[in-house]
Amino acid sequence: MRGKGAAALAGVLSSVLVLSACGGGSDSDSAGETNTGRGPFTFVTGKDLSGIMPFVAEEWNKAHPDEQVTIKQQSDAADQQLSDLQQHFQAKDPDYDVVTVDVVWTAEFAAKGWIVPLKGDLAIDQGTLIPATVEAATYNGTQYAAPYDSDGGLLYYRTDLVKEAPKTWEELITSCEGKTTSGTITGSKPGCYAGQLASYEGLTVNASEAINAAGGTIVSEDGKSAAVDSAQAASGLDFLVNGFKDGYIPKEALGFKETESLNAFAAGDLMYLRNWPYAYAQLSGDSKVKGKFGVAPLPGPEGGGASTLGGHSAAISAYSKNQASALDFLKFLQSEEIQRNSLVKGAKAPVIASLYDDAELNEEFGYLATLKESISTAVPRPVTPFYPAVTQAIQTNAYAALQGKSSTADALKDMAASINSAAAGG
Amino acid sequence: MSIVSEPIAENAARGRKNRRKRSGRNGGLHSGDGRMALYLLGPTMIMLALIVGYPVLNAIYKSFLTDPGLDDSTGLFNEGNDWNGTANYAHWILQRCNAVGGGTESCPAGNLGSQFWDSVWVTLGFTVVTVIIEVIIGMLFALMMHQAFRGRSLVRVAVLIPWAVPTAVIAKLWVVIFDPQGVLNNVLGTSFAWTSEAGPARMAIVIADVWKTTPFIALLILAGLQGISSEVYESAKVDGANAWQRFWRITLPLVKPALAVAVIFRALDVLRMYDLPWVLTQGSNGTQTISILVVKELASKLNSAAALSTITFVLIFAIALALVRLFNANIVDRGTR
Repeated sequence: MRGKGAAALAGVLSSVLVLSACGGGSDSDSAGETNTGRGPFTFVTGKDLSGIMPFVAEEWNKAHPDEQVTIKQQSDAADQQLSDLQQHFQAKDPDYDVVTVDVVWTAEFAAKGWIVPLKGDLAIDQGTLIPATVEAATYNGTQYAAPYDSDGGLLYYRTDLVKEAPKTWEELITSCEGKTTSGTITGSKPGCYAGQLASYEGLTVNASEAINAAGGTIVSEDGKSAAVDSAQAASGLDFLVNGFKDGYIPKEALGFKETESLNAFAAGDLMYLRNWPYAYAQLSGDSKVKGKFGVAPLPGPEGGGASTLGGHSAAISAYSKNQASALDFLKFLQSEEIQRNSLVKGAKAPVIASLYDDAELNEEFGYLATLKESISTAVPRPVTPFYPAVTQAIQTNAYAALQGKSSTADALKDMAASINSAAAGG
Repeated sequence: MSIVSEPIAENAARGRKNRRKRSGRNGGLHSGDGRMALYLLGPTMIMLALIVGYPVLNAIYKSFLTDPGLDDSTGLFNEGNDWNGTANYAHWILQRCNAVGGGTESCPAGNLGSQFWDSVWVTLGFTVVTVIIEVIIGMLFALMMHQAFRGRSLVRVAVLIPWAVPTAVIAKLWVVIFDPQGVLNNVLGTSFAWTSEAGPARMAIVIADVWKTTPFIALLILAGLQGISSEVYESAKVDGANAWQRFWRITLPLVKPALAVAVIFRALDVLRMYDLPWVLTQGSNGTQTISILVVKELASKLNSAAALSTITFVLIFAIALALVRLFNANIVDRGTR
């Protein structure tokens, strides 16, 4: 009887394990194989929330009746998009011809041999693009993906509280004195500054920005060894750590992701907010600060901060049979026509530098000039094939420092150690 | 619900007795019966072997293999899947990480390996605290629903609602409630960052979990209560037992089988809890359960994650077995007395 009970239990419990068996084996043997096939193909991309893909498909198919594109939309959550891609690549699915790659996935996909390098027959001219976007799509000195939209951090500030946006951290802190509350958002005064400081990918973005702005780097050139245990990195991270200590960042920010931080600013509870360009439209719409806010580049220790680069690239699958068609499609995604439409219809930041100087577009999108400055000085997040472990290392230790659970120096030491151990295979 | 679970508890007890009786005369079955049984059970067994057996065995096998590592000369990943012995298990249980230049070192903070024991204690803590609170409140609910009063069916429906809504939806609801600018702070007039500190964040998860799953326990207990004959209470009353004695001496022992089922099910549920803490805190601030750790590891290292889920499997299995034996002993004792 007991044995039967145990067997039944085993059945129920094993659902715990099923999860881990879904991945299948990984492969990297067919790396570098390219072909010049032409024909219909599929473009796999995240859910098209801004409604720009129908235009892309229509325009392409009109011009290429024999090489029609089918657009397959995935989930709208980045981690689900990633696991969908990983599974299809592991299964060597030839139907995933062109895929959308988030900036931080490029190195892993390249090192696994899932996407082909854009060189030789598949070379692509990137002269008109903002260099930082191409840099983020490059692994080991080779470009693997074609950037088609970008993203950079902006400083949103309250024009009714300050005349001019601060250029340095010092100015930002000083300008808050007397106008903001300290510690928590209570009473009638807003808190001073906040970004995305909950323990998730957003903290990696915000912590990297602070560290890069102060001249520190997280991972050295080789993409493997940590470079974060430095005096510059410490002074950068201290901008955030001292924020909680001295009260210029409200305690609530430890739970802020994009939406929460934006809601706080929209409700008039913050004087300064670091967020992405998408917040602009929402704040200009139905918010308490409508008409009372401006945008500026992120501040730094001595003027000029360093934004973390966001955005997406398109890459060609190593298992695609129609790589020549796919390459043409990559170029098409980067064309001025598509870039302009994506900005106008979907508020996607373009990768072509000249579009940012377009007078007409500047009139419609008040933040465009600022965004160009932000993106062109942007620093990509660590380009490393061990990104999932590296971002864990950054988040966990930066969060411990923000909470005061470990000193800045200890947090950076642990961050460096865990980045190194990630490269050694964990 | 009550209609269904009541016979289940009884049948289980009956089944145990029957099995004992039958065991002596299995050879007496006609061979045709055996073949028929095989035909009927076969498809189910094959299905189970495919969808449960294979993944479990495959995961256990993989947990002894290496994950892909970077080939320094090409900058590309190798395939991994070489024999790795128990290194993946040492990674979690002994917190050994690969060191740069070979060998192992103690896992640095920020590596998922260093978070294993924290996650185990957090998960066990959640299990003990939520199950105890849920049993107490669930018992009160059940006793209340068992009384005959006007609007009883309304109360039963109201109690059932939290259980009927998917956890992820409920978790989102609690996110809004626990937001610094959210409902709870507005009602209390505080500005508490609920999900940004270990204590409050854990409390938030316990509150949300209790709110959602107490109805489940209440309904199972109610089913048990309905199986108790009113004659027992009447005769106890005649013998002069007061309300407390009737609860302690009659209700509790007789409702025990149903209670056991409820506790075991809930304990297993909480031990593999993932969705609620994931939506509320992403596992930060001391709320990272083992399941969350498995999913995080899965992002980069499949085989190491397989080792962790095998450890989880064994852990849950041991706890479940202990609970079953604990309760079973009592149930059987009482049944045979």
